[in-house]
Amino acid sequence: MKRVIYVDNAATTPVSPAVLEAMLPFYKEIYGNPSSIYSVGRKAKAPMEDARTKIARCLNAQANEIYFTSGGSEADNWAIKGAAHLMAQKGKKHLITTAFEHHAVLHTMQALEKEGFLVTYLPVHENGIVRPEELESAIRSDTALVSIMYANNEIGTIQPIPELAEICRKHGVLFHTDAVQAVGNVPIDVKAQQIDMLSLSGHKLHAPKGVGALYIRQGLVLPNLIDGGAQERNRRAGTENVAGIVGLGVAIEEACAGMEERNRRLCAMRDRLIEGALQIPRSRLNGDRQQRLPGNVSLCFEGIEGESLLLMLDMKGICASSGSACTSGSLDPSHVLLAIGLPHEIAHGSLRISLGSQNTEEEIDQILEELPKVVSYLRSMSPLWDHITKNDRN
Amino acid sequence: MLYSEKVMDHFANPRNVGEIADADGVGEVGNSKCGDIMRMYLKVENDVITDVKFKTFGCGAAIATSSMATEMVKGKTISEALKLTNRAVMEALDGLPPVKVHCSVLAEQAIKAAVADYYTRRGIDPTPIVGKIPECEEGHCGV
Repeated sequence: MKRVIYVDNAATTPVSPAVLEAMLPFYKEIYGNPSSIYSVGRKAKAPMEDARTKIARCLNAQANEIYFTSGGSEADNWAIKGAAHLMAQKGKKHLITTAFEHHAVLHTMQALEKEGFLVTYLPVHENGIVRPEELESAIRSDTALVSIMYANNEIGTIQPIPELAEICRKHGVLFHTDAVQAVGNVPIDVKAQQIDMLSLSGHKLHAPKGVGALYIRQGLVLPNLIDGGAQERNRRAGTENVAGIVGLGVAIEEACAGMEERNRRLCAMRDRLIEGALQIPRSRLNGDRQQRLPGNVSLCFEGIEGESLLLMLDMKGICASSGSACTSGSLDPSHVLLAIGLPHEIAHGSLRISLGSQNTEEEIDQILEELPKVVSYLRSMSPLWDHITKNDRN
Repeated sequence: MLYSEKVMDHFANPRNVGEIADADGVGEVGNSKCGDIMRMYLKVENDVITDVKFKTFGCGAAIATSSMATEMVKGKTISEALKLTNRAVMEALDGLPPVKVHCSVLAEQAIKAAVADYYTRRGIDPTPIVGKIPECEEGHCGV
């Protein structure tokens, strides 16, 4: 089989060997239900609490502020619906978010709009970054919650979270951040940064799929999203995904411990990739050049369409993704690229390469070798490219 | 979303890509806002399509349906080519995912647009023969 270059780490990551190793006993010997009193159950409890401590340490939270969930989407739903319903009891029914959130946030907001909440969608501008002064002027006396993602999943831009959260604290508004793409990649301190709620997901940082967590600041009691048993201190029912939780603990510890060194390496590869790819005529980098995730490269190539670019790259053994509509089953281009002001025809030709710790310099060489060839092949058969180049000549 | 092997074959090795410099008819359908544009070139001798080429901007299905449509009309008479339906193109490709059906519609329209141009160049009003080719509206490609 052809060697595969996997550069879609913002979609998901491979489980790290140490994570898998740590998880296996909980599928074999220690299979008990952590709520049971006999030893095979009891033995599952302590490692779970250990994982909670590891996550808390990475975020500078307390262990009792971490609640395990099935992943990022559940954490987002719980935080936003919970905070909205809590504050609605005090007559506050206005919510603020941004135009380029993940659908786990956007669709949750839309569900709340149907319930009668009013939502303001802040613009993110050409650089893909929210302006704190625009947040401040959007806040009203009945604003219940602000939810702004830490880093964007498509274009990788990192938001000024400390400034945004400070504004919220000043006005007595709850602040939630979907940090699914940021945790393990960016230093986060929920106390110093005044974050009230933060969502994270395991499979973006080399833990398995199906596990995540919500940080909820102590003193804030959200209504439950999932009712049932007494798990997670009566706040999130359901028998715990013990192996997944243990894996998440190991993964987050690995991610946070090696962050600085890994980021130095990733940023160097990312920058080389960006510089190389921008040699291609009529290409552009989406989102701010500096304020972006260490592994994120988001590009648009005029005159070609994203899905055919991805399929072509896949035939060369390169697994990447696109903001293109075609992959999501809709005919509209990515809402993120439209939110940063790209016209439809350019937004159709997008490519997202997201690097992870397992990627190598040789792989970057390979991508820089293949990408220009694929783009120029697709352009050679594109009538749109003819139109563009004809306009150039005129 | 999964493409059939036939779609992938026509995407990876598209037939009849290119232009015909002295074409007898050229048709272009779709628009860049929708994310697909197809352009077809025809060479016609004694009412028979002797050569056909295409250029397409679009997704995998757009390229594959263009390629298949050119194969299906090459060597056919004009009236046979006008009978080509999007359904026939789809069937020849062993099906398309539901969101990609519009690509086959575009391929059918591209052939019709090229034939219409062929008639127009000969001073014949194509509308009674070819019918009306719908414009691609914003956000609604084909279907």
